[in-house]
Amino acid sequence: MNRPIRGERRHGRRCLAVVAAVVVVFATGCGSSDSDSSSGASSSASGSTIPVGILHSLSGTMAISEVSVRDAELLAIEQINAAGGVLGKKLKPVVEDGASDWPTFAEKAQKLISTDKVAATFGGWTSASRKAMLPVFERNKALLYYPVQYEGLEASPYIFYTGATTNQQIIPGLEFLQDELKVKTLFLVGSDYVFPRTANKEIKAWAKAHGVTIVGEEYAPLGNTDYATTINKIKDAKPDAVFQTINGDSNVAFWKQFADAGLDAKKLPVISVSTAEDEVRGVGIKNIVGQYVAWNYYQTTPGAKNEAFVKAYKAKYGADRVTDDPIEAGYVGVHLWAMAAEKAGSTDPEKVKAASKGLTFEAPEGKVTIDGDNQHIYKTARIGQLQPNGLIDEVGGSKEPIKPDPFLKTYPWAKGL
Amino acid sequence: MEVILNQLFVGLSIASILLLVALGLTFTFGQMNVINMAHGEFIMAGAYTTYVLQTAFGTGLITLSFGLALPAAFVVAGTMGLILEFTVIRRLYGRPLDTLLVTWGVGLMLQQLARDLFGAQNVNVDAPSLLDGGVTVGGVSLSHPRLFIIGVVGLVVVAIAIYMQRTPAGRRMRAVMQNRPLASVSGVRTTRVDRTTFFIGSGLAGLAGVGITLLGPVGPTLGLAYIIDAFLVVIVGGLGQLRGAILAALALGMASSFIEYNTTASIAKAGVFLLIVLFLQWRPQGLVVQQRRGLAS
Repeated sequence: MNRPIRGERRHGRRCLAVVAAVVVVFATGCGSSDSDSSSGASSSASGSTIPVGILHSLSGTMAISEVSVRDAELLAIEQINAAGGVLGKKLKPVVEDGASDWPTFAEKAQKLISTDKVAATFGGWTSASRKAMLPVFERNKALLYYPVQYEGLEASPYIFYTGATTNQQIIPGLEFLQDELKVKTLFLVGSDYVFPRTANKEIKAWAKAHGVTIVGEEYAPLGNTDYATTINKIKDAKPDAVFQTINGDSNVAFWKQFADAGLDAKKLPVISVSTAEDEVRGVGIKNIVGQYVAWNYYQTTPGAKNEAFVKAYKAKYGADRVTDDPIEAGYVGVHLWAMAAEKAGSTDPEKVKAASKGLTFEAPEGKVTIDGDNQHIYKTARIGQLQPNGLIDEVGGSKEPIKPDPFLKTYPWAKGL
Repeated sequence: MEVILNQLFVGLSIASILLLVALGLTFTFGQMNVINMAHGEFIMAGAYTTYVLQTAFGTGLITLSFGLALPAAFVVAGTMGLILEFTVIRRLYGRPLDTLLVTWGVGLMLQQLARDLFGAQNVNVDAPSLLDGGVTVGGVSLSHPRLFIIGVVGLVVVAIAIYMQRTPAGRRMRAVMQNRPLASVSGVRTTRVDRTTFFIGSGLAGLAGVGITLLGPVGPTLGLAYIIDAFLVVIVGGLGQLRGAILAALALGMASSFIEYNTTASIAKAGVFLLIVLFLQWRPQGLVVQQRRGLAS
């Protein structure tokens, strides 16, 4: 059998060039070529169904977190449809993949609005994806429900923020460290993008006003898998506690390597604002047991509403699945939109916005209220501690819903941020 | 001093991980000139093999299942490589661009397959209790998983060297690499050698996957985190050069460790890339160059 003879070294050179080109493409933005999994068909609100958009990363480094939120939103849509839908029409979800790539989020958002004519979109996780989608929703005067805690300093008239803003999560977390754990020095570790950098700016302002010293600040790119050097730097700095804002897959690497370095909750407590029950499953509980997290909801949060929600979620997706804060916030977002549309008697964004002012909903986390001024919601801050069974128990927090203050106007130390 | 020793160990550890993920590529890319973008997904397959064995054996036998995962992952990933070679790659020899695109597509399909089989969330692979934690020697903290990976890489390198230098199969492989037509007319069945090379290269990726479960996340996109680094090691080391790959991995590992300690992780990533670009300007053929016995130049 004859096989073509390859051109030896010249050929090798060309290979090198090709690979080098690919490496560059990869390094600048990977995963953008992932295909979407939309149902595609377009129908407008005037038909027998109302299309609603769901836009999360179903591939790439953020899929670990966002797929579960999509599941929760689909569950909420199913429940609303089972109860008769909205304005007598069934909701039809159009699911798009943001592929962990921020420009893709903007493109897909535009596609949902102009091609699918969705009445509202539920989606996003990273602040980078939200910042990419914000101008699209403002330009089209369409609604986005964003389900994840974030760094604050934003209040778009076309976004409803159903996750916590800084004063409902990060500040209570800092107060817990100072009041309960008597922390005097703090090390900041985060992923390298807008949320951790902005959050740490706020943390530093808070620390300055409250006599806490920041002894180090480290960032690693999203998807980073080696934290050995970062952990060495933490050990050198000898802080009382670590404030951790790492997102996505990197959390697994951080916690595994943190435990392997001989550190645990007794030697060095870490409080994380981005590690929830869902991420813990991939980390391995023995690497993280006893550590702290700050959120507004846990699977263990008491109340009949939450029991029903956890039961429905597990029934639909499997007994091994867990619920957590962004999952709950995604679920709440869909219900809040449906209630507002029902109240307004229309899916017109402006009318939905008007009807949303002061709207309340008995959510799994407790009663939530939409703040009419900034479209965030009142939430109870809850500080949790990781238990050996992989769930999180509440060990501190605000006990009652806190008014959202995304621009930290009521905090004198936050002037100039 | 402690700082320097600590970072030396971190550098050595990063180097061992880089080498582990790149060893397979020194075979498939380095020796066969096949740009296999699905290499990362073979690493992922190795990691999931560990997970599957651990789930099957239960939590009581983690050490046993982890030990079994090493050969099992080699065979699983090797077989996947063999299937890929047989169905796709052998039709595309000498067409690097097409191979690149096709294997990239295959990689995406394998990612989606993993997502369908195991879910989009990461799965948890427990390390054997033997490999938990670490020891501190003279102020230098040596974590057990990292020591284990360094040990595995050392053994694999020795095994490859013996295979290539001392066995008839290894000699045939080197003959085909140095001069394919001459090897062919001398009676070496090059197709068969290609297939063996691809099996070993892909199998080594599976082995890397087992090691990586000790340190990082195990999910469908695991491979993407390592594929670029693996190609960089092979390119900097020189195509098909085991010695070159070892040197390149050490250089890149130490560079990222020390740059990161003195700056930040983000700058270290960019800094290492910059160093590589500059290095390739100066020495495009890599650290170690293959001596070829042929008229083509």
